[in-house]
Amino acid sequence: MSELNLHVNGENHTIDADPDTPLIYVLRNHLKLTGPKLGCGQEQCGACVVLVDGEATNSCVRAAAEFAGTKIVTIEGLAEGGELSAVQQAFQDEGAAQCGYCTSGIIIATTALLNQNTQPSEDEIHEALHDHLCRCGSHRRVLTAIDRLTEEGA
Amino acid sequence: MATPSNRHPSIADHPDLDQWIEMGADERIILHTGKVDIGQRISTALALIAAEELDVDYARVDVKRTETDIDPNEGFTAGSMSMQHSGKAIRMASATARRFLLARAAEKLGVEAATLAVEDGLIQSRETNETITYWELMSDGRFDIPVDEDVTVKAPEDHTKVGTSVLTKGMTEIVTGKMHYIHDMVLPDMLNARLVRPPHYLAELKSIDEAVIERLAENNITVVRDGSFIAVVAADEYAAVKAAGQVASAAEWDLKDGLPIGELYEALTANKRISLPVAPGGAPVDEPVPPLEDPPSEAVATVSARFEKPYHMHGSIAPSAGCALFRDNKLTVWTHNQGVYPLRAAMAEALGMAVDDIHIAYVPGSGCYGHNGADDAAFDAALIARAVPGKPVLLKWTRDDEHAWEPYGSAMVCELRGSLDADGKVIDWSHESYGDTFMARPAPGRAGSPAEKLLSTHYMENPLDWPLAPPTMGPHVGVHRNLEPLYTFPEPRLVKNLVRGLPLRVSALRTLGAFANVTAMESFIDELAEAADKSPAEFRLDHLDNERAKDVITALADHMKADQAGQDDSRGSGIAFAQYKNVAAYCAVGIEVEVNDAAEVILHRAWIAADAGEVVDPDGLTAQLEGGLIQAASWTLYEQVTYDGGGITSRDWETYPIIRFDNIPEVKTILMERPGEPFLGAGETVAGPTGGAIVNAIYNAVDLRLRRMPFDPDAIKLAAMQ
Repeated sequence: MSELNLHVNGENHTIDADPDTPLIYVLRNHLKLTGPKLGCGQEQCGACVVLVDGEATNSCVRAAAEFAGTKIVTIEGLAEGGELSAVQQAFQDEGAAQCGYCTSGIIIATTALLNQNTQPSEDEIHEALHDHLCRCGSHRRVLTAIDRLTEEGA
Repeated sequence: MATPSNRHPSIADHPDLDQWIEMGADERIILHTGKVDIGQRISTALALIAAEELDVDYARVDVKRTETDIDPNEGFTAGSMSMQHSGKAIRMASATARRFLLARAAEKLGVEAATLAVEDGLIQSRETNETITYWELMSDGRFDIPVDEDVTVKAPEDHTKVGTSVLTKGMTEIVTGKMHYIHDMVLPDMLNARLVRPPHYLAELKSIDEAVIERLAENNITVVRDGSFIAVVAADEYAAVKAAGQVASAAEWDLKDGLPIGELYEALTANKRISLPVAPGGAPVDEPVPPLEDPPSEAVATVSARFEKPYHMHGSIAPSAGCALFRDNKLTVWTHNQGVYPLRAAMAEALGMAVDDIHIAYVPGSGCYGHNGADDAAFDAALIARAVPGKPVLLKWTRDDEHAWEPYGSAMVCELRGSLDADGKVIDWSHESYGDTFMARPAPGRAGSPAEKLLSTHYMENPLDWPLAPPTMGPHVGVHRNLEPLYTFPEPRLVKNLVRGLPLRVSALRTLGAFANVTAMESFIDELAEAADKSPAEFRLDHLDNERAKDVITALADHMKADQAGQDDSRGSGIAFAQYKNVAAYCAVGIEVEVNDAAEVILHRAWIAADAGEVVDPDGLTAQLEGGLIQAASWTLYEQVTYDGGGITSRDWETYPIIRFDNIPEVKTILMERPGEPFLGAGETVAGPTGGAIVNAIYNAVDLRLRRMPFDPDAIKLAAMQ
């Protein structure tokens, strides 16, 4: 066990954990942030994705210790003052989820994309979501929600 | 009058109103149902129905998660039956409750019930303006009356909530990361567990290096062993993950002769099998199969085709999980399976416990699409909990566990032959389907022991035999789902073949045999239409006398024609149709594709025309149809479970690819308006037509008729060479 300092959702946390523990277990079990989901543990499905210094980043393989000094934001950190973020609101309005297990990763990826580029092309959207799998088939509604956000941002 | 023979099955089993509706604290309404919300939005539909009949705000209605001993036993949430079962039951229960509450209010207020108006649970007398709420009337908590199956429900034209789009139950929780799944459970003193599975189905544990086990024990990590069933248990989740890796390295397995492999599609039509003719109505009969005679003499054209579909996985994004607590010889289980009551019976048998000593509660998992690993994971958790009594155990399967051990949807072969007369009418039709069983859910009242359908019973010290399913004889249940065409073909020859000796573990996957049967049939219909020189829509309409079936095809064709006017002809499009199980929702699908230079099938646009009877939650229904189309497109273009003698080789998302965001068509969904008509299950109706429409669209685009899924670039190139 060792002491680990992480900055998550605007707060500093000191955590006592095995230093090779992947970030997702620290977020979920130590910090009780269960929005990021474990889907594959192999960086293949995107369910665990969180923002790290603004970039959509898998949390299921790399050790939490590697994230010291970065700013991490999980899905729980997007809504400010109880207000849904624009991306969350668009997903809710479009009903862009069925079971919802993949949704937090997709919302994070969409947030990262639109923060960097308010007018992404279709290819850029596909690229940003390429490693996000959804099995219920909510893809079309996700893409509609993103279209709506880019129109609003125009 | 509801007589015993026409009683609603759910109400017959659970006649008391209190079993369905509870007037909750804080002026809320709580619905009890035996159907679970697996992302298909059944909670939203049920809440809308109750809100409508009770005259309360939709937001005031909560749908409780199903639990044994507390909620109705409605079997499995499966087969697109939830609206017919729970939807109708909740409607009758809500109307009964409203009538009861108005009568009680009339008595309290000393006025006639007919003078009372209700708004959001507030009852007001139009005579005296006095008011009283549902909850004030129900301060004693219980209705203590039966659900009246003859109660008057609202007329469709009076509906103000049913048929409108509302905020889906749970959607805000999902987008804020607050939706609570079984994987997120935390209980006091909870332990975390992981499994160490054998390399393949037939392998047996030879030994584990005891030094590794002792070392783990020193760190308070327990290795649970029962024959070839191995699990590790630790307080910390990641400690369990690491320990499972160490135990896996320390285990030696007897691999026996490996998995029996061979050419799958050859085996499907050559292996030992049970062959049964399927009679009008869609049920097999225990009679000899009529031989395939020569085509009739008046036939001017005869076409035949063989269609092949591989094993598919459910592929849930969350690997299955289960949570269990064994204390004082009683077992409590939390599961995301589709039927807590059937699972309880299976677990009682497998564990040698009394049913009454087991309590099972549903907690959401990710979408499951049928019998995935959920039941097995619940049983695994119970086995582990029994070994470490007194503390709850949360077991999570890994991605590898789920991919390699879930019960797949069977591979299938369909062989079709059809003949046309000089008028372009089908005068002879034969469709034989071959496949393994789809009926391996752990449930009492079905053939075989329910315990042997729980995976780990085959790896315990005294393993049970693997189940050998007899042919299911009900209409549209299994390989023969949607084998019977809805078309007006004279005396079709229909044969179900339940094939033995196939290599992989299988059970119910969304639509059972219907996906292969409808895809094959609808591709074949296009071949016949071409031979008859008719358009695909025209040929189908010529062979249908069911008006609702014709309506969806006509609506689809009209929309596609309008939307595709001036279309560039590098794209091809195709249509297909089915009525799910020939009794549920009607659905016609159109797909527009392009086959690019890399031989990839690009899905540009899709159209769905569906008639699901009365629509309660149009947005939810549309979401189900769109989602079903996208999933079926994924099956069609990308998916097959691969394996060799060493076991399953599709063990992650690289080795079992599914559809991604870069190939999602635009989807237009047309819902037929059928107010007042019975609910027709709609969760699965779109899959078969999607497969058929894709085959037909590829043919229309590049003149290649593909007959073995998946239609990946290799399949396109191979077809082009032939």
